[in-house]
Amino acid sequence: MKKNILTLLISFFTLQVGCAQENTPKIETPETTNYTYEVVVDGIDIPWGMAFISSNELLVTEKSGILYHVKEGVKSEVEGLPEVYVRGQGGLLDVALHPDFANNKVIYMTLGANTEGDDKGGNTSLYSGTLNGTQLRNLKLLYKAGPNTKKGQHWGSRIVFDQEGHLYFTIGDRGNRDVNPQDLKRDGGKVYRLNLDGSIPEDNPFVNQEGAKKAVFSYGHRNPQGMTVHPKTGEVWENEHGPRGGDEINIIRKGINYGWPKITYGINYSGTSITDKTAAPNMEQPFYYWVPSIGPSGMAFSTSNVYKGWKNNLFIGSLKFEYLERLVIKKNKVVKREKVLDKIGRVRNVVEGPDGYLYLGVEGKGIVKIVPTS
Amino acid sequence: MRILLLSYLVTLGLLSSKLTPQKSKAESIAAGATIYQDFCLQCHLASGEGVSGVFPPLKNADYLFENIDRSIAGIKYGLKGEITVNDEIYDGIMVTQGLDDEEIADVMNYILNQWGNSSDSFIDAQRVAAVPKSILEQ
Repeated sequence: MKKNILTLLISFFTLQVGCAQENTPKIETPETTNYTYEVVVDGIDIPWGMAFISSNELLVTEKSGILYHVKEGVKSEVEGLPEVYVRGQGGLLDVALHPDFANNKVIYMTLGANTEGDDKGGNTSLYSGTLNGTQLRNLKLLYKAGPNTKKGQHWGSRIVFDQEGHLYFTIGDRGNRDVNPQDLKRDGGKVYRLNLDGSIPEDNPFVNQEGAKKAVFSYGHRNPQGMTVHPKTGEVWENEHGPRGGDEINIIRKGINYGWPKITYGINYSGTSITDKTAAPNMEQPFYYWVPSIGPSGMAFSTSNVYKGWKNNLFIGSLKFEYLERLVIKKNKVVKREKVLDKIGRVRNVVEGPDGYLYLGVEGKGIVKIVPTS
Repeated sequence: MRILLLSYLVTLGLLSSKLTPQKSKAESIAAGATIYQDFCLQCHLASGEGVSGVFPPLKNADYLFENIDRSIAGIKYGLKGEITVNDEIYDGIMVTQGLDDEEIADVMNYILNQWGNSSDSFIDAQRVAAVPKSILEQ
């Protein structure tokens, strides 16, 4: 009898581990759709970041280290970029326009860099510069994470702005999860907040903590590659890659610990456990988590009336399953998930253009615009 | 005297670099395992089986064994466009990972001798250095 119970327990346990259930709500594939897509910029292998200057003029980063200025579908390379350190997931990452770009022509970029001249690898950096046609001038290094490492993983990175004159950007744990994300004295696994000139805001959460990185705004992150500002609340929303399972959406709040790797809904790629904890005191729960992982990158709310029934929905690219995910949120809860443009390719980025259309960065395709058909 | 000393030191330096034993195959494979974990595993998976139709397998892959230099070039310069692996067509992109020649040699030795794969070839940094980008267009 004892043996029977044991067998039962073992098989129950195996079942639990062996078929980790998809977290609800389950992803749906719509039976009919009333949209299609057109490629508006082609010939970019990995269109990592994008920033619209106007409806027909935008900047696009190519991870290998090229910044494109695109006007009316014609792309030209911007000259005068800082040296880009390309390794693993690192390279030229996000690009963003200063909130007053119309007057000052200032842009920001995050990229892999080795500014120290050592041979120890690289880490994520934030630069600003002034765009003069297709010339970048007045380059300033606003932040450089350290130490350099030859690890290929988890550089982040996205850039957004709030309404109060702050810039937020992300850096992943740089493949050193047990050391970086929970240590405020170290870079990596953090969301950072700076003033627009790169200085540290006086009311950043850890400015008075000895030895802490003063630019840190929140910590305990794994690899945030999507970030946007909620159109109504003004809150910063972020998504990050989990390990195997445990990708997350988080609403970023000042000084909060999001728990990686102390708590997670994911496991190691090899199938072994990282921690048995999914919750702990003083560690924030995700707003939503994915099991299995979708490989999230890019994040945008639809605020226009261009698409029927999509207003206020959240859109996130799936690198792994090669679709755009539409999430319907009601009363602070994800109530519906749907595939948009299934099998289109690895969706690296999604942005709402000034014309209200959604634009995707798709690996191997370029920039793709979703167009309603009815 | 000073010149004599200098030339002695230079000769010593040259000799020692010549005499430094090359990494053994086992050492190279061990180093390659770490590179694989960091740079390759996310797509090609721990099993080396890849994802059918999306990321080509490395385990028992005819393309790999029939095109060793081209595989080196793929890691070194990036690989784009259609390839056929074990009768299945792949049309994705593998971007360059920024690995140096020795790291590429190590990871090649690893994938050529892992998951039941076995190869008599030993890839070293010199061989990687000699592989031109043009080989991908042939």
